[in-house]
Amino acid sequence: MSAVIEVQHLHKSYGDTVAVDDVSFTVADGEIFGILGPNGAGKTTTVESIEGLRTPDRGTISVLGLDPRRDRAELTQRLGAQLQDSQLPDRLQVAEALELYSSFYRAPADWRALMDVLGLAAQSKTRFGQLSGGQKQRLSIALALVGNPRVVVLDELTTGLDPQARRDTWALIEGVRDRGVTILLVTHFMEEAERLCDRVALIDAGRVVAMDTPAGLAGRVQADQRIQFRPSVPLDDALLTSLPDVTSVTRRGDVVVVTGNSNALNAVTSVLARHQIVAQQLRVEQASLEDAFIALTSSADRN
Amino acid sequence: MSVTATAPPAARGSRGSALGRLTLTELKLLLRERVRLIVGVGIPLILVIIFGSIPFYNHPARVFGGLTLLDEYVSILSAFSLAVLSLTVVPMVLADYRAKGVLRRLRTTPVGPWRVLAAQVLVDLALAVVAVAVILAVARIGYGVFLPRQLAGFVVATLLAAAALMAIGLFIAALAPSGRAGMTTGQVLLIPMMFFAGLFIPIPAMSPAVQHVSHATPLGAAVEAMQYAAQGHWPHLLPLLTMAAYAVAFGLAAARLFRWE
Repeated sequence: MSAVIEVQHLHKSYGDTVAVDDVSFTVADGEIFGILGPNGAGKTTTVESIEGLRTPDRGTISVLGLDPRRDRAELTQRLGAQLQDSQLPDRLQVAEALELYSSFYRAPADWRALMDVLGLAAQSKTRFGQLSGGQKQRLSIALALVGNPRVVVLDELTTGLDPQARRDTWALIEGVRDRGVTILLVTHFMEEAERLCDRVALIDAGRVVAMDTPAGLAGRVQADQRIQFRPSVPLDDALLTSLPDVTSVTRRGDVVVVTGNSNALNAVTSVLARHQIVAQQLRVEQASLEDAFIALTSSADRN
Repeated sequence: MSVTATAPPAARGSRGSALGRLTLTELKLLLRERVRLIVGVGIPLILVIIFGSIPFYNHPARVFGGLTLLDEYVSILSAFSLAVLSLTVVPMVLADYRAKGVLRRLRTTPVGPWRVLAAQVLVDLALAVVAVAVILAVARIGYGVFLPRQLAGFVVATLLAAAALMAIGLFIAALAPSGRAGMTTGQVLLIPMMFFAGLFIPIPAMSPAVQHVSHATPLGAAVEAMQYAAQGHWPHLLPLLTMAAYAVAFGLAAARLFRWE
């Protein structure tokens, strides 16, 4: 797969404030690539440089072989953008906005079909100011797609949406990817990144601290497994603490909480089986992307 | 309506240019927003009707060389209409577009934000032309005020006045952080400018020193040129050059200072 977006050693400061220190990554064709990081990590500055809205101080960016600043006219034809906090005039209707934006492009998508796909057909005559948050967000996705782009940049796609609208939007984004569009997604929702992204770059304090698949990132944190269960008969802690794979055993009421390495679950269940104890309401928690996020970004803080 | 992945693109021939589309869109938005119509056309028109209905304004006066006060006021109110549109409506709309990210969003499209600026100015200019025409027509039909006797001169003076005032409006829009701030700045500027244009005291009744200041202001120069043309003379070069200078200076400053976000 060829690279659609290539960012190398991007650096951007505003006065004395370093927004992006040194960021490099590559996005392959057809990928959903996530940029993840705490607020103020430099995510938006990075994607705005890719969109050609910012001029980097150092480093190179190539999008579909184009330079976002030099080849701006051509880039805008092929890259669709959904910006953070960008609105339309309050009195502009949904269909008017889509028709207007489609007139900007050389080979636009059918805006009526797009309106249907995004579930906005019933709102075609509704003014922007009267749309709900979810409808506004869907319209901004439609506007990002109306030029038939090869690449779409989505910045804080689902911020401010309720959980249902968020899930609906995710399904939509997967649909967009299935049409062969490469997607760069900026988010600070771990669940969103886990659900959508093929790969994730974790950015903190203007640097890429880790880049991997969501599962790969989660696996990097040498976090313990946490096993919870309610034993069917009273249980001596020593039975579990003696296991080499178990690091600790605590109790919360009649619930036993065991932590240990990745082999702990195996060890615990076989011990219980040997003593004919049933582990009721058994739950196993594994390190998630969120654990990785916290571990990786806070370690960067200490440096 | 069925959705297919291979839906044909919309007919392209009928789409027109992006600037044309944007202008049409801005026109629709203008017509939906009655405030702008009331401020730009309604208020000056109501003033024509009020002044026209007061007998004092409709008697020939020696200070105006035998013309009525209303004859003088038609030019002043035309200039007032241009000023309200340029100084309050243009900054209000454009600063609002910037604050809401409309201009930033357009920067990521092939069209760019310049065209929406141009579309906005075109629509407001068109509205200004309509406003002046309505004011002249109502004054003529309702109150027997003669149409400008030197029509070409009046048109040139009006267009130059519009250019100077629009440039100042764009300059305000360039600096205003929000739509409300833009409108308020324009309104505050409007009061002294209208004073020097003779809205409150006729220019001939001002002291010579104040008259000099008046001629140097954009609206004072506009009213001077428009009134002269209304009476049948080609406007003097000085007020025309004054307006052109304002248009160029503020236009360049606005272009330099305008921020898209």
